[in-house]
Amino acid sequence: MATLEIRDLHVSVDAEGAQKEILKGVDLTVRQGETHAIMGPNGSGKSTLAYSIAGHPKYTVTSGQVLLDGEDVLSMTVDERARAGLFLAMQYPVEVPGVSVANFLRTSATAIRGEAPKLRTWVKEVNAAMTQLQMDPAFAERSVNEGFSGGEKKRHEILQLELLKPKIALLDETDSGLDVDALRVVSEGVNRVRATGEVGTLLITHYTRILKYIQPDFVHVFAAGRIVESGGAELAQVLEDEGYEKYTGIKEVA
Amino acid sequence: MSSQPEQTKGSSTAAAVSVAQPGSGAPLAGPGTGRTHSEVLASRGERPTSYDPADFAPLTGREEDWRFTPLKRLAKLHEADGDGGAPADGSDKIALHLPEGATAVLVGQDDPRVRKAGAPIDRTAALAFAAVKDVTVVTVTKEAVLTEPVRLEVNAEGGTAYAHVVFDVKPFAEAVIVLDHKGTGARSANVDLIVGDSAKVTFVSVQDWDRDAVHLAQQNILVGRDATVKSVNVTFGGDLVRITPNVRYTAPGGDAELLGLYFADDGQHLEHRLFVDHSVTNCRSHVTYKGALQGADAHTVWVGDVLIRAAAEATDTYELNRNLLLTDGARADSVPNLEIETGEIVGAGHASATGRFDDEQLFYLQARGIPEAEARRLVVRGFFADVVRQIGIPELEEQLMAKVEQELAQELDR
Ligand SMILES: Nc1ncnc2c1ncn2[C@@H]1O[C@H](COP(=O)(O)OP(=O)(O)O)[C@@H](O)[C@H]1O
Ligand SMILES: [Mg+2]
Repeated sequence: MATLEIRDLHVSVDAEGAQKEILKGVDLTVRQGETHAIMGPNGSGKSTLAYSIAGHPKYTVTSGQVLLDGEDVLSMTVDERARAGLFLAMQYPVEVPGVSVANFLRTSATAIRGEAPKLRTWVKEVNAAMTQLQMDPAFAERSVNEGFSGGEKKRHEILQLELLKPKIALLDETDSGLDVDALRVVSEGVNRVRATGEVGTLLITHYTRILKYIQPDFVHVFAAGRIVESGGAELAQVLEDEGYEKYTGIKEVA
Repeated sequence: MSSQPEQTKGSSTAAAVSVAQPGSGAPLAGPGTGRTHSEVLASRGERPTSYDPADFAPLTGREEDWRFTPLKRLAKLHEADGDGGAPADGSDKIALHLPEGATAVLVGQDDPRVRKAGAPIDRTAALAFAAVKDVTVVTVTKEAVLTEPVRLEVNAEGGTAYAHVVFDVKPFAEAVIVLDHKGTGARSANVDLIVGDSAKVTFVSVQDWDRDAVHLAQQNILVGRDATVKSVNVTFGGDLVRITPNVRYTAPGGDAELLGLYFADDGQHLEHRLFVDHSVTNCRSHVTYKGALQGADAHTVWVGDVLIRAAAEATDTYELNRNLLLTDGARADSVPNLEIETGEIVGAGHASATGRFDDEQLFYLQARGIPEAEARRLVVRGFFADVVRQIGIPELEEQLMAKVEQELAQELDR
């Protein structure tokens, strides 16, 4: 059973020449089949956690460990991490002009699966996944994320999640910027992947809204670079009612 | 001025835009123009042209239009004969493929077609003009719709060569013309393209030289009434390549799409200087040049001068230059200049940006399992793809993308 272990993770960023510590000792274990929600106010370091696990060069891990099935993730390159089974749905997906979605998806699936998917079944697979996410087939010919609306970007991220079938999915504010319809479509996509029982999900969010569609098994409150409280789904309701003030001293709704 | 022209759309570097009253010579230098000093320049329209090399002073390298070019590497193409200049001793192998509907003749310098598309704009072009007594004129018959491209293949085998070719596409004809340069040597050429009224021409010049070749070319494009021309410059090879495309319009309704891509490696100097002279009403010009650079002292220069003269009402023009620096130590100069002498235009804009390889794009692709080398290839392919796609000749588009791959493979082999 796939397991992601984060142990006492400390991460800094380079802020005008000086190292600024953002993550201050994160401990978390996510197992296949589980869904963990990480909830915290803006600036608490949620994206930093997601990016550090994925290996973004901007972040420096100063101490701690990240293990996937006991393997040292931190010593892997970004693409090795993805091939090992990690997937990051980004809060702000990057535009890649001139690279079509179709080409991108196939190149990526080929890399992750270790061989090029058979063309006929691949086209069917992509079309089926796009239909379920209510994406126009013409989408495949557009450049990756270029000129996409916020909702289209998030659908495109979840499309990749469905096609790449990772062991561990990190979903960074997948709900932000989505209207209710889009949120439902995107959540259903995540739920289809969860229903396979083969993915461990780390659902990062500021607001409780998405948790009405995607029920977490565990909720962790994230503040000032670490997990400050953990509980079950009921903790989300407490946050909904009381906000983050208790953890940050600043009144902010969840 | 009764309406404000639309100026910069999405420009990420500042550049010179001047809106002048008719007749005034507009100063074009300014912050962000890439100019090293802010001398006041005459309007581009006032720069002299001549068929006589003696009308151009010997080059010092300080001239506005030569200041980026390393004259030492010009193989004496800028020196007059008897003055240390290079005599024509080159042995080019030239193959001309003429499909049905196209013919070719050699004519003397007094033939009117030889001077129709435009006069030399600088000393090297004038020297090349003077050196070529027999000019090749390729004619595409009126109303002929060519089913295959006209191809002129130059295979240079060293030495110095001067060339002058005129493509005379008669009214209502449709043609694709491909000029392909391979091999080595020093070559200075005038290439004229006369696009007859309502004709449609795609003109492609590929500079696929060996690494040590030197190539200067002035391209003159004369666009007829309601004619459409798409010109594509593809520059990959050579030690020094300097191309000066000039576009003029004879009558309203002309449409010029000017595309270019270039890829400079270690030490290469690849320069493209465009001038679009809008002097009649209702014409359009649209420029897209993209370049990639890699390796120590790779240098590219792109200059896009667009002049909208007072008479050129309802002009629609836009120019874009983007450069992608793949490694440290490369340098891309990008200088768009837009001079506008009438406010009665449809649109006028430019954008110029030079950027490093985007680490965020790389991260995104790698985060989807794609190895770094392949991710870089995808990004660079993507960078060029939107220019290549506009060429509209699938076979050529594939060849060019394959060339891009080759260039990238060189980088990855380092
Ligand atoms: N390059 C950087 N330089 C300085 N501070 C940064 C940089 N990147 C992120 N930060 C800071 O790190 C903190 C955490 O950011 P982030 O992980 O994006 O938070 P969240 O996703 O929870 O909103 C914020 O205070 C942010 O300002
Ligand atoms: Mg965030």
